[in-house]
Amino acid sequence: MKTARIIPCLDVDAGRVVKGVNFVDLVDAGDPVELARRYDLEGADEVVFLDITASSDARETILEVARRTAEEVFIPFTIGGGIRTVDDARRLLRAGADKVSVNTAAVDRPELITEIATEFGSQCAVVAIDSKKVDGTTPSGFEVFVHGGRTPTGMDVIEWAIRCEALGAGEILLTSMDRDGTRDGFDVAVTRAVVDAVNIPVIASGGVGTLDHLVDGVTEGGADAVLAASIFHFGEHTVAAAKDHMTAAGIPVRPA
Amino acid sequence: MTAASPRPLVAVLDYGIGNLRSAQKSLERHGADARLTADPAIVRDARAVVLPGVGAFGACMDAVERTGVDALAHEAVEAGTPFLGICVGMQLLFEASEETPGRAGLGILPGTVERIPDGVKHPQMQWNVVDVVRPSPLYDGLDGDIWMYFVHSFAAPMSDMVTATCDYGGPVVASVQRDNVHAAQFHPEKSSTAGLTFVDNFVGLVRARTATAS
Repeated sequence: MKTARIIPCLDVDAGRVVKGVNFVDLVDAGDPVELARRYDLEGADEVVFLDITASSDARETILEVARRTAEEVFIPFTIGGGIRTVDDARRLLRAGADKVSVNTAAVDRPELITEIATEFGSQCAVVAIDSKKVDGTTPSGFEVFVHGGRTPTGMDVIEWAIRCEALGAGEILLTSMDRDGTRDGFDVAVTRAVVDAVNIPVIASGGVGTLDHLVDGVTEGGADAVLAASIFHFGEHTVAAAKDHMTAAGIPVRPA
Repeated sequence: MTAASPRPLVAVLDYGIGNLRSAQKSLERHGADARLTADPAIVRDARAVVLPGVGAFGACMDAVERTGVDALAHEAVEAGTPFLGICVGMQLLFEASEETPGRAGLGILPGTVERIPDGVKHPQMQWNVVDVVRPSPLYDGLDGDIWMYFVHSFAAPMSDMVTATCDYGGPVVASVQRDNVHAAQFHPEKSSTAGLTFVDNFVGLVRARTATAS
């Protein structure tokens, strides 16, 4: 049976969750580990931590997050953000992360994907692709952006995704920068195009505002997993409610 | 044999690959004194041995041999020590794998690890229901649908050792047992409450055996 995964994503800055989270009964709503544990209890299939720490001297804190998460949370978790070398990846995996996600560094030096896959296995080599719709600049009409969506690369999203798979990526985390933060739903067109082009799992990301959007990511986009942040963090919906909604829409998921 | 330890020593064989911390922490959670180690003295002293593994079969076998973990695994199995292989750690127990043709595995269990069925996405990276086909104490207390987390493109062959399967483009081996050797294709240490029960049951076996022996 093929089942879809629901993945809450937490933005972490210097070891703290940045977007406000309003679970009233949490002792420390800014603690990423406490939130991850909550999501585990609610039935989340995985958790993604995106480390947005800018200063390099504070980067040690994400390792501590990984260590504490591995002690307390028994679902898979991925850490992305700021991983530039195999050593960066190794430190996170040894600290307890199951997968690492690379983005800008992989565009700068695609061999990084192969190096991580060779050393630790494809299953832990996630490539995050930030996509923007463009007019005619790339064959598919979707262009890869880096540096948090600020810098265009001239690369085609679909071609890059295919290349990532060939380089050893085990999964694609595809974020539509056009939709991110809009709550208008996934860009199912780019999701579907990437899903059809590669044979590895694709996580749809960016734009979820309703539970129906999660369903659309799977049924229309063909995604293997759906990632969302704000709808879970702000207490609008629980992961359990999202799973009920998926089940009602006929999508097999692990029940909460 | 000394008196039953309240915290049985479990050696999690560390041959330098992947995330072993979750396996260690899940065992500790159930009261085991779990150590990441390839030290022969500690492994020989252990009440149970866990062989984890992620990545490619050939790369893992290279690392297992380089660190001497192959001999320690054989020794533990032959001594009757409760043994648990996880994911690629399960696959390594077999004689070979279609993933790395020509590369010999540990050969503790007979058969060749096979590619999972075509027509479905590789790897299987998802939660799936585990169907218990032969009673195993590791599934004690798990009722209804048992959901476990899988990440793999290869799986053990069908045999009379199989204790559970999952459905992914056809039946895929999820776990096996032969005597003291237990192995799971899924990651119990990543399978939330169901996985923790599975680990708990393994620690329970270790405790029961230690108590009997003392």
